[in-house]
Amino acid sequence: MHHSALRAGLFAGAVFCASATMAAELAIVSGDSGNGLAFLQSQLKEFEAKTGNTVKIVPMPPSTSDQFGQYRLWLAAGNADIDVYMTDVIWAPQLSDQFLDLTDAAKDVVKDHFPSIIESQTANGKLVAIPAFTDAPALFYRKDLLEKYGKPVPKTWDEMAATAKEIQDKEREAGAKDVWGLVFQGNAYEGLTCNALEWVKSFGGGQIVEANGDISINNEKAAKALDTVKGWVGTISPPGVLAYQEEEARGVWQTGNAVFMRNWPYAYALGNGDDSAVKGKFGVSTLPAATADDKPAATLGGWNYAVSKYSKNPEEAIKLALFLGSTEVQKNRAINQTNLPTIVSLYDDADVAKAAPIIPQWKDVFMNAVPRPSAPTKVKYNEVSSQFWSAVHDTLSGNGTAAENLEVLEAKLTELKGSGW
Amino acid sequence: MAPTQSTIQIVPTGPGRHPKRVKSELMRQRLRAAGWFLVPMLVALAIVAGWPLLRTIYFSFTNASLTNLYGAEWAGFKNYLNWTVLKSGRVIWSGLLADPVWWNAVWNTIRFAVLSVTLETILGTVVALVLNAEFKGRGLVRAAILIPWAIPTVVSARMWSWMLNDQFGIINDLFMMLGLIDHKIAWTASGDTAMIAVLIVDVWKTTPFMALLILAGLQMIPRDIYEAAAIDGVHPIKTFWRVTLPLVRPALMVAVIFRLLDAMRIFDLIYVLTPNSSQTKTISVLARENLIDFDKFAYGSAQSTMLFLIIALMTILYIWLGKVRFDGGDR
Amino acid sequence: MLWTYTKTTSFYLLVAVIVLVSVFPFYYAILTSFKSGTALFEITYLPTHFSLDNYISVLTTGSFVRNFGNSILVATSVVVLALFLAVTAAFALARVSFRGRGLLLMTILAVSMFPQIAVLAGLFELVRAFGLFNTPFALIFSYTIFTLPFTVWVLTTFMRDLPVEIEEAAIVDGASPWVIITKVFMPLMWPALVTTGLLAFIAAWNEFLFALTFTSSSETRTVPVAIALLSGASQYEIPWGRIMAASVIVTVPLVVLVLIFQRKIVQGLTAGGVKG
Repeated sequence: MHHSALRAGLFAGAVFCASATMAAELAIVSGDSGNGLAFLQSQLKEFEAKTGNTVKIVPMPPSTSDQFGQYRLWLAAGNADIDVYMTDVIWAPQLSDQFLDLTDAAKDVVKDHFPSIIESQTANGKLVAIPAFTDAPALFYRKDLLEKYGKPVPKTWDEMAATAKEIQDKEREAGAKDVWGLVFQGNAYEGLTCNALEWVKSFGGGQIVEANGDISINNEKAAKALDTVKGWVGTISPPGVLAYQEEEARGVWQTGNAVFMRNWPYAYALGNGDDSAVKGKFGVSTLPAATADDKPAATLGGWNYAVSKYSKNPEEAIKLALFLGSTEVQKNRAINQTNLPTIVSLYDDADVAKAAPIIPQWKDVFMNAVPRPSAPTKVKYNEVSSQFWSAVHDTLSGNGTAAENLEVLEAKLTELKGSGW
Repeated sequence: MAPTQSTIQIVPTGPGRHPKRVKSELMRQRLRAAGWFLVPMLVALAIVAGWPLLRTIYFSFTNASLTNLYGAEWAGFKNYLNWTVLKSGRVIWSGLLADPVWWNAVWNTIRFAVLSVTLETILGTVVALVLNAEFKGRGLVRAAILIPWAIPTVVSARMWSWMLNDQFGIINDLFMMLGLIDHKIAWTASGDTAMIAVLIVDVWKTTPFMALLILAGLQMIPRDIYEAAAIDGVHPIKTFWRVTLPLVRPALMVAVIFRLLDAMRIFDLIYVLTPNSSQTKTISVLARENLIDFDKFAYGSAQSTMLFLIIALMTILYIWLGKVRFDGGDR
Repeated sequence: MLWTYTKTTSFYLLVAVIVLVSVFPFYYAILTSFKSGTALFEITYLPTHFSLDNYISVLTTGSFVRNFGNSILVATSVVVLALFLAVTAAFALARVSFRGRGLLLMTILAVSMFPQIAVLAGLFELVRAFGLFNTPFALIFSYTIFTLPFTVWVLTTFMRDLPVEIEEAAIVDGASPWVIITKVFMPLMWPALVTTGLLAFIAAWNEFLFALTFTSSSETRTVPVAIALLSGASQYEIPWGRIMAASVIVTVPLVVLVLIFQRKIVQGLTAGGVKG
């Protein structure tokens, strides 16, 4: 950290001799919530003490689409009131024109991060944001129920579905009428893109748009994946799952009404809360795959810090972004917030393992992480994602078969792509 | 009645004056005052609405995107309708008017606006009539009725999405208990019920607005008219159709116009409740998607401009059919 | 006798249904605001938990109280401004005949037809150009776009229907247009004034999109944004209990406003001392 700050300082000194020594007033905008915000505050205090700058937090609603809308508008108007933005993993390529290139400033630290994450934040050869933490979903399973019925943790989707069905039926016979086998996020929104990407990818059906920009979604394996999931809705998953986002799924799970759940790590701590019906009764594992030979997949989430090109104090703002993505802050974050670090070495860190044993566990999940096609599709990503989740949602709700919908999707994406993304 | 004409006509009958000069002097005074009274309002509107409006219309004729707002180039009507002739002679249409997604949104918007405003007008009239009657605790009831309108839409939409949830929503529980449904319904998930869910919430939320405006109209009807009708032994229902409704009509018309304008632009409720359902995606929601989420600022501006035109058309139609007065002339 | 009895009963039944439907979701919100944790996911019709934790947390963390004050300031200013501009304009539009009056009314109506989301970018440019960004004035300024056309129209309608004779009498007495508005018309228009004022107040009180876009610090934000800012311990968690507590707090002043002004709402022509 010290090193990178020094570098940023040198860089700044070369460009703006006069202002380098002056303390700057910075503003950072963050959609971080509750504890996350308090944590950010504590880290900013350290930064202020170290650099003499003052930093103001502009909190934003947790809704990512609200945040994205605001940021786009603010950036489009060249708003100089905000220096550093906290950005979702999929935003970097879309907003890259309005953020500063951090390649030089972060030259010495990029090698510490997972290469796939750095790649996700690189657009047109420009490092748009410094990763702060990552996120990857897992399969939550009810240890007690699997033990009761003598079932192993499922490795394939079919195994998962069979186990879910059996336990669900038997539990219902035993009087627990509201029990379901699996809950996931089936609402037509970005979360469905994440879920469906995992199904498709783990069936060997590619990742919608490949890294080189080819549209790969219209294939038999992808269709088979969606048909399989279609078979779950109404049998092992409640019909209402098609309106579920993360919280609805967690609600069903945490009241003890689901055998399996696909969700992000945040549900782990909450599920072990004092008032949770599943406290101490569940475990997490990687999501299943199509067959034992296929690799499971987990969609990459996570947050980053980017510097606005309209910032009045770019050099100090870059310092701040680098500081917030540094090993030191990420370690604190892992310990305090149970956020998954993007720095490889922290997964083997003894302090982290002690404070948050779930993090080393998540390394397996994370190793199978697959990015959404935000890098190849650039500014059109949101539209690609929207077309994709619509096709999936239509399939799951019975409007057309998977094969039909994917064929139409391919045509639409081809049109959208035009002569190139 | 024709207020202005008769106002001015009365003056010449005043004793000991020169009718003609007084009239024009008064006229001038009134016109001058009217001018001064109108200017601040017009200036305010021109600034706050005129400029952004023109900007949006301008952007709809360009290829602007939010990443490059100021480098926008003129694109003519391409965002609205455009065609390319292929070598084979086939013509490919593109643009708003050739976009099925757009027409779906138009249909959703009109369906929503007509259904919700009709329901709200009927229910609002009923509620207003109830509130206009004298009974104990009227003040409390009036306050209670305004509660739905008073809760911020962002909150009430979320509140209802919670209540309409299939597993732990109270609506399903209640309906099951009352025997209205035999299995839990995923209200906002299924395409068949999404619009119903939106309508329920909107009617619940905006009926108070209609009721209050109609009530204000009712309150301004002189009581003696009712007294006269009662003495003459006219049946209350007949009184409603023959006396109340015609007298409250101007207020009702204005309430309906503004609700219609509002309903056509419906955004936040759907944005929170069912943001991506194609069954409920209205023009505003679609426009936001294109303006902000997708990199199609110009296309979204074109959609907004078209929405403006559609609303204008519907309003003119409504005013024409409803014979709403614009000048001070006879009804 | 029996008929009257049935009539009264069904009338009160209707009142009860109206009140129940209006209030039930709010009641449910209050119920929810007393709950926390997993209890939120359980359906109850009667209060089972009673804890003020959510309220305390809403009022003490963040700057909710400050935001509440901002909302009151903004909504009140918007109402005063809109009513002032609208009453005078409505007089001109309703009681003075001049060329192009119909066209003018139509234009005012047209202004309110544009979807909010579509004027957002243009308004944002203006707000920044005037240096209003991140001040309450940005909101007072931008809210006129939806409160002013509405108030002008409603007041024009009501003013047009006031009897001619009272104005004639005032003119004979030599009253100027300003005096006619303030001394003659205003007292007669209480129901309309209070109603439109109240509706404008609520509209301003509840507005979210402009408030979120034109302010960027906790000190200048208004309540709807503050509610949207309430968040759980992590990104995906929605703090229903606190959201409901905040909503209850936000709704109470409006209910109080209605109770205060309801005498004025019912003060029609009968109470004004003039029979039409």
